[in-house]
Amino acid sequence: MSRFARLSQLLSPLVAVAASFLVGGLVVVAIGENPFHIYAILFRGAFGSVDAIGLVLFNAVPLIFTGLAVAFAFRAGLFNIGGEGQLYIGAFVCTLAGLAFGGLPALVLIPLLILASAAGGALWAAVPGFLKARFGVHEVINTIMMNFIAVGLTSYFVINMLREPGQMTPQTSEIAFAGHLPRLADSLSLIGIPLPQANPLNFSLVLALGAVLLAWYILYRTTLGYEIRAVGMNAKAAEYAGINVRRTLVMAMVLSGAFAGLVATNEIMGFRHRFLDNFSSGLGFMGIAVALLGKNTPLGVLLAALLFAVLNTGALEIDIFTDVPRELILVLQAVTIILVVVGNEVFARRVAAREGRAAGVPLPVTEASGETK
Amino acid sequence: MSERHAVQMRGITKRYPRALANDRVDLDVEVGEVHAIVGENGAGKSTIMKVLYGLTPPDEGSISLWGKELSGHRPADAIREGVGMVHQHFMLVDTLTVAENVVLGAEPCSHGCLLDVAAARERVRQLSSEYGLSLDPDDLIENLSVGLEQRVEIVKVLYRGAKILILDEPTGVLTPQEVRELFVILRALREAGRTIIFITHKLEEVLELADRITVMRDGRVAGVVSAAATTKEELARMMVGRDVLLRVTREEARPGEPVLQVAGLSAIGRKGSHVLEGIDLEVRSGEILGVAGVQGNGQTELVEVITGLRRASAGSVTVCGRETTNRSPRQMRDLGVAHIPEDRQARGLVLGFTVAENLILGRHHRKPFSSRGLLSLDDIRTHAERLIEEHDLRPRDPDGDAGHLSGGNQQKLIVAREFDGGPALLVASQPTRGVDIGAIEFVHTSLLRMRDQGAAILLISAELTEIMTLSDSIAVMYGGKIVAQFEGGAVGEEELGVAMTGGAGASAGGSAVRSDGRPPRHEMGAR
Repeated sequence: MSRFARLSQLLSPLVAVAASFLVGGLVVVAIGENPFHIYAILFRGAFGSVDAIGLVLFNAVPLIFTGLAVAFAFRAGLFNIGGEGQLYIGAFVCTLAGLAFGGLPALVLIPLLILASAAGGALWAAVPGFLKARFGVHEVINTIMMNFIAVGLTSYFVINMLREPGQMTPQTSEIAFAGHLPRLADSLSLIGIPLPQANPLNFSLVLALGAVLLAWYILYRTTLGYEIRAVGMNAKAAEYAGINVRRTLVMAMVLSGAFAGLVATNEIMGFRHRFLDNFSSGLGFMGIAVALLGKNTPLGVLLAALLFAVLNTGALEIDIFTDVPRELILVLQAVTIILVVVGNEVFARRVAAREGRAAGVPLPVTEASGETK
Repeated sequence: MSERHAVQMRGITKRYPRALANDRVDLDVEVGEVHAIVGENGAGKSTIMKVLYGLTPPDEGSISLWGKELSGHRPADAIREGVGMVHQHFMLVDTLTVAENVVLGAEPCSHGCLLDVAAARERVRQLSSEYGLSLDPDDLIENLSVGLEQRVEIVKVLYRGAKILILDEPTGVLTPQEVRELFVILRALREAGRTIIFITHKLEEVLELADRITVMRDGRVAGVVSAAATTKEELARMMVGRDVLLRVTREEARPGEPVLQVAGLSAIGRKGSHVLEGIDLEVRSGEILGVAGVQGNGQTELVEVITGLRRASAGSVTVCGRETTNRSPRQMRDLGVAHIPEDRQARGLVLGFTVAENLILGRHHRKPFSSRGLLSLDDIRTHAERLIEEHDLRPRDPDGDAGHLSGGNQQKLIVAREFDGGPALLVASQPTRGVDIGAIEFVHTSLLRMRDQGAAILLISAELTEIMTLSDSIAVMYGGKIVAQFEGGAVGEEELGVAMTGGAGASAGGSAVRSDGRPPRHEMGAR
């Protein structure tokens, strides 16, 4: 990659984010408010206190996981729209295990529940992965369908069979205490960071950062990652190289689903400690946007997840203190994504125009007579 | 030849960020001459033609046509001044007739705007007889041979009034007979006063057809010579900048044990018909078996079955005495089968991977590149540096994107990778397609060296000279079968050409060319 290409690769998301703030500001002006005032409130809501920053991080954790899930599958050329379903199953399996193995000590139960979360998501993603590899059925359709099945099934089980006794709320009982991930407030106060005890930020953040590293490591340091990237960039060359393309596709989906399933470490093990029907409200889908903004790289996902968490957290403040609806934040996020996608295209074309031809890539024929053969 | 110039290009410079494609190029083409432009890949010959045709504007320089400076730099401006381009890849609609294809985009109208088919057919017939094209305006394109399709392309530009015809590598897809017929047509066009610019890398053709030759190297004009006053060796030296071995010398083969044995091999295509039928082959160690044939006669499928990329429906493949029919590509590779694929970008490389990553493709899972599922970056890098050095890959950057290499260097990368590690069997499909003369020399000597070291080589090539220079024995494929087999050196180009088009009667010339150098295309097109 030339410096120009690399630079635009870096700059295009930043430009898109800046431009989206501009567009958002115009919307604010259109509804008769002062954009500077609104943005000031937004950023105060996100960065105004240690508590606020803790909340941002807490909100970022599930987006990191689902963003990684989408980005990882994308590296194999797969579009995993099923993060939502995968995280529900991950959370459900995690909860079941947390309810069933209450007698185990924390040192055993916590790793077990982490594995259960990942395994649940992996299992759910394996199904469309297998259908794609075996029958060539498009994964987008099947991951979406698997979302419906996951939400429906968990809902059924939670309402009809696992509901906490004596409760109207569609939720399970609390998982064993030994399976709770500790909150970070205590540890942080040891090093002088005054995070309030009530802040939900927990050790899942560490797991999320670990997952970012792990995704990077798998992709760039392992044979499997090499094969996943080869399949994603040129499946025919991968086949030629003796790579088992079908197996690699399934493996990529399994790992992708595992990342999505790990959302449960934050939502179940670290925060709710129980499965609440419909708890996610679209974390899996947000992952698509996060991966897109993060250009499907692990580090990019981390940064994009933080940005989205800032917007989501600040939105609460806007809702409380102004007449501007918090939905403005949704507008902002959507505009950002559109601009990133458009920006990708524009930059890709400019890069191609500047170097592709020089590198001996034949020009598309632009003749007046538009026949093709 | 008249005094007037059809084309005068002065000081054309075209810069790309990573290369100077044309550096103050001057090109003079006289009215009514056949002017060849030769040069290696990346020498700038395509760029200068794109500039002439208006596909890309020059950064500096001027273009005059018929002594008048061209004002605009769009194809429409060039076309208006009588420039026509016959592209390397035909752009025809299969399901339309010859006449309909010719008028497409410039349809003649009568009575308001009804398509005047009669006028179109008449014009096509007239052009066809004028230049001996043997085209029937009512034939469907899908029934034509490649050679005839090319003539349709020529008629297309003539129909639009072209007086200067640019032909970009026109002979690459043709059989020797078709090439000869094309040359007859081009000479007829010259007699009729048209000017022809001919881009090629085949030096024999240049000397046979051209009046004058512009040689390009590294974006500059290396010289302009008259065809009558030059030789192949001189042209090659001007193109490459050093003396080039045009024909490698081949010592007598000392074949050993059979390495590849193919018996009764058949395969079925997507539509259920046989793409391979009862193929029998044997390649011994220390021997090169060349497979000649017009493209699309089953060579691709044969290679795919042998390398494990396609299933055989019947018959057997044996490598080093072990039955390997329908093994996976990885199993074949692990048995020591190397493969230079015919389409380097589609199969041979992962564009987007670095050069180093591409250099381990296929062996990435084995030591020293991987152990216990982890990549060994140091070994991958050392390996890349060694191969880059040995094969003079440019740029010398293991971390560069393979997609940014020139076509010749991409091919070198694949050759370097597949030659490395001493394969028992090398399946080389079109190993020098689109590769510079200098690199061709390298690939050819490497193939022979591997042979002499005891490898068995199955060489598939559309270049007859390549097959004839390198092969110890030659098999000819037509319609998914082996229709003829010769000892190397015991057969002439003529004889091979006849076999390639399906045997007797194929070269009756003129109107009989429809005996089709090509099987039904939809069956074979599994690429």
